[in-house]
Amino acid sequence: MSAASPAIEPNLTTGTIVAKPPRPFVLARRTIITPILLALLMIAIALLTMMTGSRPFNQVIIDVFLRVILVVGLYVFIGNSGVLSFGHIGFTCLGAYVAAWLTINPIMKKMAFSGLPGWLIKTQMPYWEAAIIAAIFAGLAALIFGRILMRLSGIAASIATFAMLAMINTIYSNWETVTGGTSSVVGIPIVRSIWPYLIAAIISIFIAWAHAISRSGLALRAARDEPTAAAASGVDIPRERLVAFVISGAIMGLGGALMAHSIGVVTPDTFYLGLTFITIAMLVVGGMGSLSGGVIGVVFLSALIQTLRWLEAGVSIGDVAFAIPKGLQEIALGIIMIIILALRPAGVFGNREISLTRNRGD
Amino acid sequence: MLQILFDALSLGSLYALGALGIALIFGVMRLVNFAHGDVIAFCVFALLWPSTDAMAIVFAGQLPWYLLVPFVLLCGAGLSMLCEIVVFRRFRKANPATMMIASFALGFVIRYFLLMLFSSRPKSINLLPELSQPVEIFGARLPLLQLITIVATMLILLGLTVFLRRTRFGLEMRAAAENFSMARMLGVRANRVIMGAFALSGALAGAIALIFVAQTGTADIQMGAAIMLMAFIATVIGGLGSLAGAVLAGFLLGGASVIMQVMLPIDARPFRDAFVYGAVILVLLFRPQGLISARGTKERV
Repeated sequence: MSAASPAIEPNLTTGTIVAKPPRPFVLARRTIITPILLALLMIAIALLTMMTGSRPFNQVIIDVFLRVILVVGLYVFIGNSGVLSFGHIGFTCLGAYVAAWLTINPIMKKMAFSGLPGWLIKTQMPYWEAAIIAAIFAGLAALIFGRILMRLSGIAASIATFAMLAMINTIYSNWETVTGGTSSVVGIPIVRSIWPYLIAAIISIFIAWAHAISRSGLALRAARDEPTAAAASGVDIPRERLVAFVISGAIMGLGGALMAHSIGVVTPDTFYLGLTFITIAMLVVGGMGSLSGGVIGVVFLSALIQTLRWLEAGVSIGDVAFAIPKGLQEIALGIIMIIILALRPAGVFGNREISLTRNRGD
Repeated sequence: MLQILFDALSLGSLYALGALGIALIFGVMRLVNFAHGDVIAFCVFALLWPSTDAMAIVFAGQLPWYLLVPFVLLCGAGLSMLCEIVVFRRFRKANPATMMIASFALGFVIRYFLLMLFSSRPKSINLLPELSQPVEIFGARLPLLQLITIVATMLILLGLTVFLRRTRFGLEMRAAAENFSMARMLGVRANRVIMGAFALSGALAGAIALIFVAQTGTADIQMGAAIMLMAFIATVIGGLGSLAGAVLAGFLLGGASVIMQVMLPIDARPFRDAFVYGAVILVLLFRPQGLISARGTKERV
């Protein structure tokens, strides 16, 4: 191409790029404000929680941070590739069970998981080491599944990822000696401080940002918007998708491990359709192609759910106590989601990111 | 052996009808309707009087069968059309992912509405008990119900084929499924066709609800979702937008489930679903466009 048409499109030839190299990290410097603002939002929420200091609220905020991790993980793949994946919660499940295998007291573990190899039964490590290993394990699983699945695109890919989730769920529900079957796995050390969750959420936001502005992330977004043109310009779409799939799988695994530590109990059905849909809904409501959209979608929908829960439990205004009937919480949530999507079909943020300067989308 | 064949056919019938309901709507408006499963559940609970007891108070279910069947079908069609008018009409220009999430949210609303009225406990209802008697055919004892399921499915499929091929409305619907904007330009009224697709799909949901309740004898809020997922997979394997493909894939999935249940070694049987889903991935790898790819869905450059 550069030999054929240098006169017509001089700015596309390699020659001009060499002649005027871009300044290093120009894209990074221009966009880093987004993850910083999002991280500040997370820190602000954490500080607010510290000031109220109530236990139940603490748990609520931990849930918010966990969902931020999961939705950011989803964004890395879904947002950049445009392929809707129903399977990512499968990686969360893998991560959670890795955390269970690595952190439960060996004596209890011997009883619960008789089928684990001896060396694994003997190991017991701090939760953060286990979480890192869980992320690596989930990333490896994503690499294996992704090698097969990333050849597909569109709705076929979505269904194939769902089939993957269902496979993981079936195996973990029935492989009694290794996963404890459908019964709850108890004895996972509970981490009550909000800081580890905050740090993990911020780390995932920065990973997602770094991936999105990397060569691979940019190529993938090009392929999302114009698949034919991107492929013609030499973007290896399955490969770039695989990169995103592995990174997002690892983030989901990290989220799963921390989720296990936040409640101390795991079952395979915790990580199935319910969690899949609520996380995807948060991403879509916020704006599928936007990191800020994902994070703010989580904060917004979580706040909404929490408010409705409070109303359901009963609120007294003056002398009048009133409570909305049970079940109305979910109905209201569904209706509000439909209204938001009807008004803003591309989500609240669409493809834009928050930043201090005016931006024109990507 | 005959028993296996009939098991496969009757399970396949359920999946095929479900897949058809999803494929009809996908064909005309590119919407993957996640609320379909909840429409099925709604039809089941339409038979009952609202109560939170474990024993169901059968209300409409006491009607004689020639009134009961139209009642349930109308319920499904009515609810489905209501969904179209209230919700999906606002999403004509939205992208498929947004519509999918909106339909999921709508299903959520229907499910929790039922939950408020009926509580989440599964209820046992005995619908048309005379159908569970066994009959003997070719030396195999089969429940009469299984036979009726298969025959009813065949009749529905036949009726639908005639409807789509022989009537003006069917022709309009097929034209809309193939190229929606072109069909509109040639004078097909869009809202009417979409409404028709929703009505048909809702009636199919009603049929599934009847068969399912009669087979299992329980009414459970979750049950719609299980069928819907399989139906959804069948729609994709069959080739999205292709009605024949959806039916074929529904029967294949039902067949694969039943055959694996019989063929797999005892140790591996709990993992049956994992094998079925593995097979789904394999089929998609070799035919990502589905077994029978519909015309007009391939993107042109």
